[in-house]
Parts: sequence; structure tokens; C-alpha cells
Amino acid sequence: MRHWIARQRYLIDYTVAALARRMAKNAGLVAVYTALVFVVASVLLYSHALKREAGFLLQGAPEVVLQKLTAGRHDLVPADYVEKLQGIRGVRSVQGRLWGYYFDPLAAANFTVMVPPDRVIPAGSIVIGEGIARTRGAAEGDVMAMRGSDGALILLRIAEILPRDANIVTADLLLVGEADFRALFGITPGLYTDVVLSVAQPREVRTIAEKVLLRLPDTRPVLREEILRTYEAVFDWREGIVLMLLVGAGLAFVILAWEKASGLSADEQREIGVLKAVGWETGDVLTMKLWEGALVSGFAFLAGFSLAYWHVFTFSAPLFAPVLKGWSVLYPDFRLTPAVDGLQLASLFLFTVVPYVAATLVPVWRAAVTDPDRVMR
Amino acid sequence: MLFHPAIMALLLADALTLILLLPAGLFALRLLRHWDLNSGSARQIRLERQTYLVATVLGFVFAVQLLSLLLLVFTADRLAVQFVGAMCAVGTFNVNPFGFPALFLKLALFFLASAWLFMNHVDNRAPDYPLTRVKYGLLLIVLPVAALAAVVQVRYFLGLRADVITSCCGSLFSGEKTVTAELAGMPPLQAMIGFYSVLGATVLGGLFALWRRRGALVFSALSALAFPVAIAAVIAFLSLYIYEHPHHHCPFCLLKAEYGYVGYLVYLPLFAASALGVALGVTLPFARAATLAPVMARITPRVVAMATGLFMLCMVLFTWFSWRSNLVLLG
Amino acid sequence: MSEAFIELRGVRKAYNEGLPNQFWAVDGVDLTLERGRVTLLTGPSGSGKTTLLTLLGCLARPTEGRVRVAGQDVSSLPERFLTEQRRHNFGFVFQQFNLIRGLSVLDNVMLPAFPLAPPHGELRSRALQLLGELGLEHRSDARVEWLSGGEAQRAAIARALINDPPVVIADEPTANLDTHLSKAFLAIVERLKDEGRTVILSSHDALVAEATIVDRIVSLRDGKVVG
Repeated sequence: MRHWIARQRYLIDYTVAALARRMAKNAGLVAVYTALVFVVASVLLYSHALKREAGFLLQGAPEVVLQKLTAGRHDLVPADYVEKLQGIRGVRSVQGRLWGYYFDPLAAANFTVMVPPDRVIPAGSIVIGEGIARTRGAAEGDVMAMRGSDGALILLRIAEILPRDANIVTADLLLVGEADFRALFGITPGLYTDVVLSVAQPREVRTIAEKVLLRLPDTRPVLREEILRTYEAVFDWREGIVLMLLVGAGLAFVILAWEKASGLSADEQREIGVLKAVGWETGDVLTMKLWEGALVSGFAFLAGFSLAYWHVFTFSAPLFAPVLKGWSVLYPDFRLTPAVDGLQLASLFLFTVVPYVAATLVPVWRAAVTDPDRVMR
Repeated sequence: MLFHPAIMALLLADALTLILLLPAGLFALRLLRHWDLNSGSARQIRLERQTYLVATVLGFVFAVQLLSLLLLVFTADRLAVQFVGAMCAVGTFNVNPFGFPALFLKLALFFLASAWLFMNHVDNRAPDYPLTRVKYGLLLIVLPVAALAAVVQVRYFLGLRADVITSCCGSLFSGEKTVTAELAGMPPLQAMIGFYSVLGATVLGGLFALWRRRGALVFSALSALAFPVAIAAVIAFLSLYIYEHPHHHCPFCLLKAEYGYVGYLVYLPLFAASALGVALGVTLPFARAATLAPVMARITPRVVAMATGLFMLCMVLFTWFSWRSNLVLLG
Repeated sequence: MSEAFIELRGVRKAYNEGLPNQFWAVDGVDLTLERGRVTLLTGPSGSGKTTLLTLLGCLARPTEGRVRVAGQDVSSLPERFLTEQRRHNFGFVFQQFNLIRGLSVLDNVMLPAFPLAPPHGELRSRALQLLGELGLEHRSDARVEWLSGGEAQRAAIARALINDPPVVIADEPTANLDTHLSKAFLAIVERLKDEGRTVILSSHDALVAEATIVDRIVSLRDGKVVG
């Protein structure tokens, strides 16, 4: 075993010296390799971080959201539904929510307007998200004019702008008091947008949802676990699509790798011939060449991954973010929490290094089986 | 579900494996027809040269399949959240009937590839290539297994449909269709008896083979048996002890960070020991040539010793984790 | 009397086998070379000298016939074992020297021993010792591109000796040297012979043919021995 290690060290020694001698020739391949790793890693890192963020955020979401459906369309929930739900065993709390979308012609965007459950906004004031403030050029203390459902203008003073760090959920958020909300949208008291249920035991959620359906057949319970699954699936799918689009690049890279490995210069061929002639056998030359591939791959993998990490977590991946985040006018401007994952690394490895090695196996072998007596002919 | 990155990676790995193994298989056919070591003809020299390529390809296949085995398990675990009722990888594999077969075929490929590599190593040590024909015959078995593994894996992935909200009007969707997340385990006491007796017999068989220099084949057979027995033991009692939960039988969650990655500690020696034993068992019956006698005389004791040591380590680890656990299963 | 070290029986080697331009470079050679002697292969170009050298030195396998080295049949040895034989028994000095550019003299000399993975310190000192014996120690760190013709040849010889082989084979050793350096080369050959090594040379050069150290001359023509 020790002999094997010693032999590998000698071969690696030779490989490193050989690579250093031919740095110019290999530079192109290494650059392309690193670029490929960079692109794939960026996609993987970004999606993973987004999924994690979504997961964290949804943890605070209510277990069940109940919507009323009329003719397959979302409708407002009458207040007496809330009472009917409170009787169900296992339900910790029931709360009616008021929220909706407001289209602002000035920003040409939709705001999410909401009555917050955990604080009271004084009448005549609003709390807005940083995205709205940015597009409207508004600051605290300014007055915003909004058009109600009856056409009349309602003036609301901006009491607070939500912190930038919360942008991922609050960029387009506008918090308002209940009375102002009802006035803005023309919703009579006794109606809510939807109802949220908090359930004590996670395992009971489905059973409770079924009971709800029995009591209130014209409603639709949406489970948090379903939202989580759907988000995961959507992000996965988006990631997959982007990676599929990279197949062309991947294929080009593989062909380049094959070409580079096959196109040995006369000098390199002579060198291998000399090695064979002085007593290196095919296995030794093969091992040496495989080490060459391994060192190149190792470098490209590390460099590409590090660049991707930096690109995604320091710069928020300007190159891919739009595709992966989804279409929107008010893009939240947020920083993702760095997260690296074994699964990602393994996938990245399989997408980049493994095809490279596969592409170079045959050319490397062909070089290694040079006849030892070649140098004499 | 085919657009999931990890699934794409797994499909790519299988595709590459097949792309490389197919020509190797054709080469095996050619070699079996024309191999003649005594001839110095150009064709013979060409065949000998090509054996280097095949050996390298097999080494590559082995490494890639090992990586993809791990990736499959972790992906199944990660995907569990997408299927109602699936708590972990076990649930994901149960989503359709191709899940566990895909896993088993990958395992079979792992053992076959490692056996081939061992046989190749032995074959190369003798100047007259005594095992070459057998080796390439074995390759003609590896190839269909790899193809089958790839096909089953594709069918499994095609049959994975995430339980996600698909319609904006549908209400609580499919309450009935849940996935069984449980693996049936044997009663713990029986499993323990089985585990300790089979592994104990294997270790004794190994020690006997080392002492008397005979019976290595029996040892190999025992190590082949030890693998499924040990896995059943993991499911039946070791997992329960490690998770400290009387119903969590999953053999995959051991590999996760929250349990300190102990799964690797347990599985690595087990896999290595069984692979060594099986490889030896596959090679020995054919290694009758006179030129191989000194080679086998040197290699067999080393392999038996390594495998025996690793099985002993397994037993120690199982005992340690069972003892240390706060869960009480017996008595 | 020295015993036979290398034996060839009915050896033939073909190139471009199976193709219309197939030809037999060596066409039926029976030859026995004794240990500790200096043998010279001569003949016009195309006579099969170089091919015969490769067959003698385990660099290639014969298409037909048997080759025995130190009593062991090497004709049907697979490459791995043939290379082992070659590493232990033969050292080669090529006509073009074939030193690897970009590496130092010392690295070049140590190269043949890499696959054997001896302890590094030992290998290095052995290489330096050989270079010292050949008067090249002061150039051990120089890049081989900077060596003169004579120095390059001596470096090649040192490389051939790193594994301490009993046989040294040199292909057209004086083709790129002037008279003075050729004589220096022949002096080295004498030293090798004194060390008990077997030396096989192939050359057109009259200087070599007339040298006193040459024990035997084998003439080739059209792949066959004629003298």
C-alpha cells in the first residue's frame, strides 16, 4: 500500500511539472472548464438558497388557509364561518384576514395591501415596504393618494417604511388599518378575504382540513405543507429548465475536452514515447494522464465553485436571478443567506467533472498505448 | 419530475455509464473470440492494449456508480417532502414499485464492478493473463445489469409525480393517496440473533481461513450472506437505537447530519468487507492456473484478513450503538 | 566462457500487418549474445538493425519466433511483464538522445525509476553518483536544452544506467558526434564492459567497427544475418 502511495506521488510530481511546462496550451481548456462549473454552480447555489429562504419563511405561515369559492372563483368569507370553525377540535385559533391587491398606475405595479394581524395601524396611516418607497420615491411622512373602489381618492400618510432586510416578503407590501382597508376596497364589515387556522398537531392538519370541508363545503382549505411542496417543485423545475438550456454548453465543453485530450502535439507524443521506452508501462502513463485530468478538474471545480459562491451570495447572481426568481415588476432587492449543500456538490460534480473524465478516457488511453519502440523508428 | 437537477445528474451518470460500457461489451465479445496470448500478431497486441481501456472504463463506472448510489439516497430523502406521507427516503422509494428495485440494481452493479476490478487486479499479476476470458465473460454480465439498472431508474423517475397543487379550483387534493413511510422490520431480538450469528460465523470463518489457509470460498459465501443480514439488522434494531425511536426503521436517515453521519461509519466497513468477500469468491473458483498460485497465496490471506477485520469492526459498531442508546428494546 | 544472455530463434517481425504494404523488417534471425561482451550490429539502412535492437531489448514483441533473456522466454509476455523485464535488464541510449526538454538533467536521469517508486533520497543520490562518474555532476540542475552534444549523450547514458541494468543498448551512438567525442564514448563503453555489463551497439561508423573493444560484429541485410 505504501508503495502504491509512493508511486502516485512520483507520478503526480511528473504531472505537475508537465502541466507547468504546458500551461499556455491548457489555459484555454481550464478557463472554459472553470466557466462551466461557475455557471452550473451559480444556478444550483442560487436555487438552493431560494428554496431554503422560502422554507424558512413558510415556517411562520399558518397551517391552513381557508378560501371561499363561488363558481370556482375566489370569494369573500362571511364572518360566521369563523365561528363555525372555532368548534373543531384540534384547531388552536381561527382568524379572519383582510388583504388584497391594489394596482398603482404610477408605479404600474400591484401592491399587496394587508391589515396586519399583530399590530394596529392608526387610521389615516400606512406602513409600506421598501420596494414601494423606491418606485414612488416616497419617504416617511409623505402622503400617498390611493383611489378607492368607489373612485374617490383616499389620502394616507406614510408612517413607516419597512426595513430593507425583510424585502423578500415586504417589498411590495402596504399595511393599513382595518377601517381604511374596508373603505379603500369597499368591503363591508362581516366579510373577510380568507381565514387562517392554526393547528396544534401537524399530523392532524389533513384530518382537520377534511372536517372543515364537511362543515363548509364551499370553501377550499390550502395546507401549508402543500404550499411548501409546490414551491419546492416549482423551484426545482425552474432549476432543471435552466440546466437543460445549458446542455448545449455542456456538450460543447465535452467536445472541447475530447479534442484537447486527443490533439497531442508532436512534442507531447514524443515525450510519452520516451517515457515508454525508458521503462514506464502503459498503466503508469495512463495513471499519470488521469492525474493530469484530476488536477485540472480539481482546480476548475474549486475555482468555478468559489467564483459562483461569490457571485451568488455577494452579488445576488445578476446573471441568472431573473429566470430563477420569476417575473415581476417590483423585484425585491435581497441578499441570500449563504448555504452549501452536499447534494448540490455531488450534482455539480456529476454535471461537470464526470463528463470531462468520460470524454478524456479514450484519448488519454490512446496516448498511453504508444508503442515503446516508437522513438526508435 | 425529470427536471429536478439531482435527478438529471443521476440520469446523466447512468447514460455515461452505458455509453462507455457498450463498446466495452462489444470488445469483450471480440476478445473472447480472438484472444491468443502466444501469438505476437498485430491483432493480439491491439487486443492487449484495449484491455487497458476497458479496465479504466470499469474503474470509472465503479466510481460513478458509487457516487450516484449516494446521490440517489440523498435525493430520495430530499424529495420526500414532495410526497404526502413520505417522511424520508423510504417513503420516496415507495412512491412507485420501481424505487427499491432501482436501488437494489445499483447495489448489484456496485458489487459486480468491484468484483470485476478485483479479478482484473489478480489477472494482471500473472504473466499469462489466466483470468482474461472469465473476466470478459463477467463483463458480459455487468453490461445487462447496468442497462437494466438504468432503465429501472428512468421508469422510477418517470413515475414520480409530486403531490403539488395543480389546480386553482381543486380543494384538499387526494386525502387517500398516501405513501407508506414504514419499512417492515423483523422483531429486534430475532434480528439480533441473526446478525450476531451470521456475522460471528463470518468472522470465525475468516479467522479459520487465515489459520488453516483453507476455506476461503466458504468465507466468501458467508460475507455475501452477511450483507443482507446486516442491512436487515440495521432496519430491525440499529436504526431504532440510533434514532432512539421505536418505529423509525429507515436505513437511510442514518446518513444525515442530524444523526452525526453515523451511517457512513456503519456502512463503509460493511460495504467494503462484503465487496472484498464477494470479489474473492467470484475470483477464486477460476484462479486455478499454476501461474496464479503464488499470486493467490499472497493476495487471499490479505483480502480475508481485511474483510474479517472490517466485519469485526461492524459488529463492534453495532454493539456500541445499541449499548449506548437510551432506547430500550429488549426486556 | 560467458553464457548466453540473449537468444533469438527464428525471429521475424512484420510492420503494417494485414495491409497491402506489409513488410518483414526482421525475417528469420537466429542469434545468441553472450554476457559481458560488446556486440556491434551493422548493415545498410533498412536492413532491420533498429528493429532487431528493439527485439533484443524487449521494446517490442516478435511476430514469430522466440526470444529468451537470461533463460526466460519473453516472446509472449504481456506488456506489463515485458516492461518489467526491460526495466531490470536493459538500458537504452537513443540516437537522438531523447531527453525530455523542460526537465533538468537530474530529473531526466531519475525518470526511468519513477514507476518503481524507490525512496526519493536514495534515487537522487544514485543519480548524482552516476552523473559524477560521467563527469556531469556540475550540470545536474541544468535544463537539458542547454547541454552540448557530448554532455547530452553522457546524460542519456546516465539515464540508461539508473536501474543498474546488465545490458546497455546504444543506437547509432556516434552519429551526432565528432571524432573526439566518439572516442570518449568508446572509452565509456570500455568502462561499462569492465563493470561486467553486456553492450550492444548498432552503427554505420567505421570508427566503431574498428574499435578494439568490440568483441563481435553482426552484419544484417534485408532483415537477415549475413555475417
